[in-house]
Amino acid sequence: MAKDMSYEALNARKNEIMKAAMQISYEDFELAGIGFNYEKMMDEVGYSIEEMRKMQLENAVGNTPLLEMRNLTALARKYAPAGKGARILVKDEACNASGSFKARRAAIAVQQAKKLGYKGVIAATSGNYGAAVAAQAAMNGLKCIVVQECYDNDKIGQPEILEKQRICEAYGAEVVQLTVGPELFTTFLGLLEETGYFNASLYTPFGIAGVETLGYELAEQCRQRYGKDPDVVVCTNAGGGNLTGTARGLIKADATKTQVVGASIDLKGLHMASNGDFNKKSCTTGHTGFAIPFVTWPDRSDCPRNAARTLRYMDRYVIVKQGEVFYITQALAVLEGYERGPAGNTSLTAAFVLAQEMNEDEIIIVQETEYTGAGKHTMPQLTFAKQNGVDVLFGDPDNEIPGKTLVFPEDPGMIKAREYDLSKAKKSYIHNCVKNYDMATASEEDINYIMDEIKESREFVLAELKGAGITI
Amino acid sequence: MISAKKGDWVQVENIVLPAGHRAPQVPEDTQKCDLKMWVKGEALQDAKEDEELEVKTTTGRIVKGRLVEVNSRYVHDYGEFQPELLKIEHQLKEILFGGEK
Ligand SMILES: Cc1ncc(COP(=O)(O)O)c(C=O)c1O
Repeated sequence: MAKDMSYEALNARKNEIMKAAMQISYEDFELAGIGFNYEKMMDEVGYSIEEMRKMQLENAVGNTPLLEMRNLTALARKYAPAGKGARILVKDEACNASGSFKARRAAIAVQQAKKLGYKGVIAATSGNYGAAVAAQAAMNGLKCIVVQECYDNDKIGQPEILEKQRICEAYGAEVVQLTVGPELFTTFLGLLEETGYFNASLYTPFGIAGVETLGYELAEQCRQRYGKDPDVVVCTNAGGGNLTGTARGLIKADATKTQVVGASIDLKGLHMASNGDFNKKSCTTGHTGFAIPFVTWPDRSDCPRNAARTLRYMDRYVIVKQGEVFYITQALAVLEGYERGPAGNTSLTAAFVLAQEMNEDEIIIVQETEYTGAGKHTMPQLTFAKQNGVDVLFGDPDNEIPGKTLVFPEDPGMIKAREYDLSKAKKSYIHNCVKNYDMATASEEDINYIMDEIKESREFVLAELKGAGITI
Repeated sequence: MISAKKGDWVQVENIVLPAGHRAPQVPEDTQKCDLKMWVKGEALQDAKEDEELEVKTTTGRIVKGRLVEVNSRYVHDYGEFQPELLKIEHQLKEILFGGEK
């Protein structure tokens, strides 16, 4: 009998579809209360650093260069007090096959699919991950489908996303494109069921463990060249895998004193599922519209448990503006001779400011770049912004209103890294636990789980739970 | 008016969810829009623009939809020159290397 492929029926079969498409027994890691055993999941499902490096190197991923930004460092020092201005290094992840750090995740996911005997892989993404999965599938003789949220209702697409469509097709993938909306997930479920392919989700333990090699490598490279660990590593943050994987890799390399900073672009006020707002964004990743919901509630992904959990690792979180990121992208091109995509420069923008607070003999590492090309470049993105009624001007970036203006700093000294209050994010995480699990009481196990989830003291967690009327 | 012959590489369009039947969490402006889907593949029949046909995608799936494009053009490019970027370039060089001619 033909299966009911309606929207409701597909969603009702979600768990069985996911299980068949990943073969991960997530229930094995669940604890009695609200939590699950994260480390056990990462240990049992992931691979060791050595295994992953091998898998990645065999597939044109990893060993990317760590570059010193001499002119950007000199520029930062012009604005820093005497003796301040850390050395800025960038790990050129654009050198991975397919042009971004996402290749690290895709390499492991595709090897896993191959090992389990799947004929193809599917990923739901409008970003670099699509290119990464498509390229890895091509190298390994697997079929590939990429599901993209691509167009508004008039079939107008972000130039950056159109480029992702092109590159996925260039690597031989089938691209399924949709208009704006979260129902994409149901289409994705339907495709998994129809094809029997592997769910190469961004959020599986393989997907996150694949990024650990990035943190590990950069610690090794920094030690080798400068005889010490990096003082700060900045990660562009959206769904959280980039930061989580990098931080875990640093810990595995014993770089436990390195501060891990997240950076996102401010897109406050733009609704992610709004048809009208869709093409008002001038950056399609690394922004708060995606990042804040994931930071404060990671388990909203296409996996039962998300392996990307940033509050476990983030020491500090800063917000930059679109105009600032475009400015620094231009600076990277004309001062350093590296033309790299804008979104990956979110962390570089933050590092330019953070370096000014740090001592001259300290090191700050921007852990990625992404490729650039037609569509995925400041020029077409600014052209598109203007076509969509966004005013591009010079002024104080603090006055930028996402979707209405894009404000280049009048002077690079005006670029800021705005502190995002992490304790607010942590409290919001606790409130999401209460709401999403309908908590009335909290067990000892629940409390310990939350403490691990947000890297906070028992007092902090208890105060917030009690405030929400939870019986301990 | 485009048309496709059997064997042409075409793009078809489908409505996955009609307006008014979108997910409840979708904001108001999106509620008013159909959820549309586009897929490319080899035409399995001749068809004129807007006529329904079946295509075979690169993964071998058979998908039905309305013909919208043949040999679709990639429309994205490097855009128009943005003078703001030139201003930034000049400013940065002046700050770092100013005076050196
Ligand atoms: C180039 C680049 N940098 C950073 C990110 C953010 O990574 P994550 O979603 O894992 O936080 C993405 C993807 O979203 C990306 O494509």
